[in-house]
Amino acid sequence: MSKQVTLTINGAKVTVPEQSTIMEAADGMGIRVPRLCYHPVLSPFGGCRLCVVEVEGMKNYPPSCLTQVKEGMLVQTHSHNILKARRMLLELILDNHPNDCNICGKSGSCDLQEIAESLGLREIAFEGEKKKHSVDASSSAIVRDPEKCILCGKCVRVCAEVQGVTALTFSHRGFKTNVVPAYEMPIGESLCINCGQCINVCPTGALLEKDSTEEVWRNLQNPDRVVMVQIAPAVRVAIGESFDNEPGRDMTYETVTALKMLGFDVVFDTQFSADLTIMEEGHEFIERLQNKGKLPMITSCSPGWIKFCEEFHPDFLENISTCKSPQQMMGALIKTYYAEKAGIDPAKIYSVSIMPCTAKKFEAVRPEMCASGYRDVDAVLTTRELARMIKQAGIAFNSLPKSEFDSPLGESSGAAPIFGATGGVMEAALRTAYEVVTGKELPSVDFMQVRGLDGIREAVIPVGGIELKIAVVNGLANVHKLLNEIREGKRQYHFIEIMTCPGGCIGGGGQPYLRGDVEPLDKNVYQKRAEGLYQIDANKAIRKSHLNPDIQKIYKDFLEKPLGKKSHKLLHTHYHSRQPSGVRKEVKDAVNLFR
Amino acid sequence: MQTISLPEKDEMKKRLRKLGGLIDQNAQRENGEGALMGALHLAQTEFGYLPEEAMDFISKKLSVPASHIYGMATFYNYFSLKPKAKYQIQVCKGTACYVGGGARILGKLKKELGVEEGGSSPDGLFGLGITRCLGCCGLSPVMQVNDETHVRMVPEKIPGILRKCRKMAKNKAARGKKK
Repeated sequence: MSKQVTLTINGAKVTVPEQSTIMEAADGMGIRVPRLCYHPVLSPFGGCRLCVVEVEGMKNYPPSCLTQVKEGMLVQTHSHNILKARRMLLELILDNHPNDCNICGKSGSCDLQEIAESLGLREIAFEGEKKKHSVDASSSAIVRDPEKCILCGKCVRVCAEVQGVTALTFSHRGFKTNVVPAYEMPIGESLCINCGQCINVCPTGALLEKDSTEEVWRNLQNPDRVVMVQIAPAVRVAIGESFDNEPGRDMTYETVTALKMLGFDVVFDTQFSADLTIMEEGHEFIERLQNKGKLPMITSCSPGWIKFCEEFHPDFLENISTCKSPQQMMGALIKTYYAEKAGIDPAKIYSVSIMPCTAKKFEAVRPEMCASGYRDVDAVLTTRELARMIKQAGIAFNSLPKSEFDSPLGESSGAAPIFGATGGVMEAALRTAYEVVTGKELPSVDFMQVRGLDGIREAVIPVGGIELKIAVVNGLANVHKLLNEIREGKRQYHFIEIMTCPGGCIGGGGQPYLRGDVEPLDKNVYQKRAEGLYQIDANKAIRKSHLNPDIQKIYKDFLEKPLGKKSHKLLHTHYHSRQPSGVRKEVKDAVNLFR
Repeated sequence: MQTISLPEKDEMKKRLRKLGGLIDQNAQRENGEGALMGALHLAQTEFGYLPEEAMDFISKKLSVPASHIYGMATFYNYFSLKPKAKYQIQVCKGTACYVGGGARILGKLKKELGVEEGGSSPDGLFGLGITRCLGCCGLSPVMQVNDETHVRMVPEKIPGILRKCRKMAKNKAARGKKK
């Protein structure tokens, strides 16, 4: 055990490990020092200065996030002097920040606003020049308004340290400092993989998802449109948080009711197409295994990971399953199978998906995603956007009665909800692959080895005489490491599940903001959301995708067989290398020379 | 607008190759993150500025994210993202030079060159900028043309200095052709 030191914070003695910071010691005592640039999983920065404290014997007020504790230290975190200093620091930040809170997309969920409120700031004494930048709306997923940015650098750090993308950097210095992609390219053309983790950690409205609610409202009002909607697994255990419920509370059927009240004509479940994904992907895996196809096979559900692979690891593109993600599969089926069945002209269908994810917005507009002749999915709403629409419509979400999904694309097995948690796709695939390969019933459906929140998890699972080596990865920074070690021959697998966001979809860039005493990326919250999904799984009578009766029916009536001709056309896709990346088109040739 | 010509594609490839060699030589002394600063210096010297191609080339060569390189390139004054003019004129606007008539020097240069501060003349020969104290206040007002410092400046000296630079550039170009 490391050495302990005792210090006094606000008159009370506390003993902590010697490498702790003052902020960590105070947090442990239930004293929260305001902070904007600090995040427990990101490298320390010390840029916002709001966490300054008074330490006896020190001339200046040190930032508590960077100052290590010392034996006998006397600290005041909320003395009158400190409050005055903090107010002035905040005034300096606000002086270079627009005062348009009422019309800001982050209003009500803004850390800056909350700190201004809690410090009781009532006037801004300074009036200096404000920076002028235009809004970057080039991306299909993320909108950045540099004028609202307070340069805390959390987006820069989360992008580099958690996701391993490093799309963003600070450019220039002093008053001109700005957060931009390399060469100040528009975000939409940059390396950005649209995961939205930067949105989740942004303390202001500088980073937001691209809002699709207006477009969806417009289509809901249009009598010539049949508006269909699907809900992803991870949405149902998180949307409640937007209405003051505990994380992990299953609000599937309240959400269905709310969607009907909003005017959606038909409500389907992405979990149906998750089961379908398992059928296709499971069979694809078995085929690769038996016919010496490219292994390890890597999952394809997470669109952030797909773009990441296209940019950084194009040599692994053939390893990725050709299956579309459940969102796109559902989209393709709505405009073919369902349209045919219900006798609706697919051109009149407006297909919406509710996703925990911002990268899904990018996935939906990928040019290849229109196998039926129509766009698979017309609009993607994040969990946050749906919550906003429910609030706009004045719906009392918590007291809604429950409603069922519509048929025939609404039924799912227990293997589907767990798609939303890291390890879930692997577990779901194993449940089906085991039974298809061995022809025997699985002794226990719970593969506890692949559950959890660690960045890289491995297991060896015996399936019909083969020792199946698998890995489950979440958070893309871990993927660089894993793939490099596979290249070097240090690791060998048959099957890998990769999820872009830490925790999987439950930690997606479109989920309700974690605020107050809970930091974004909080493991306890993710744990609760994941438990919610595993509970839904446990409560289902059918827990394997291939036993879902509606899945069996769609193969009988429409798709014929997994990996069949129709499946291939509608449910599978292809990927392309995007290297060299970070380079404008016109300079690519010059650089290609050196590859 | 500036008419400074950018290197042609083939020319660019050649110069990137050369840069690669220089970075390799340098790598014996510095490596990893430490090599980045050196590589950017080499590129700035080789090209006279940091073209995107060079930044991207360095990014790949040293496995440093391009965004990181762009951040460094824009942070330090030494690096330039646009081709710098052949003769970079810096007029001191430190206190002593300002009081001593630095503004008149700047005004005359603007008029002679037809450019504003931070700009370059259309022929790409002269760039005009302002500098803070150069540490020779006793000789104020001063201005610098590249590394050469001109002291006790009066506006009347300016046409002569510019003429000298033009002549030097012409001679250099002629010598270049003979080679």
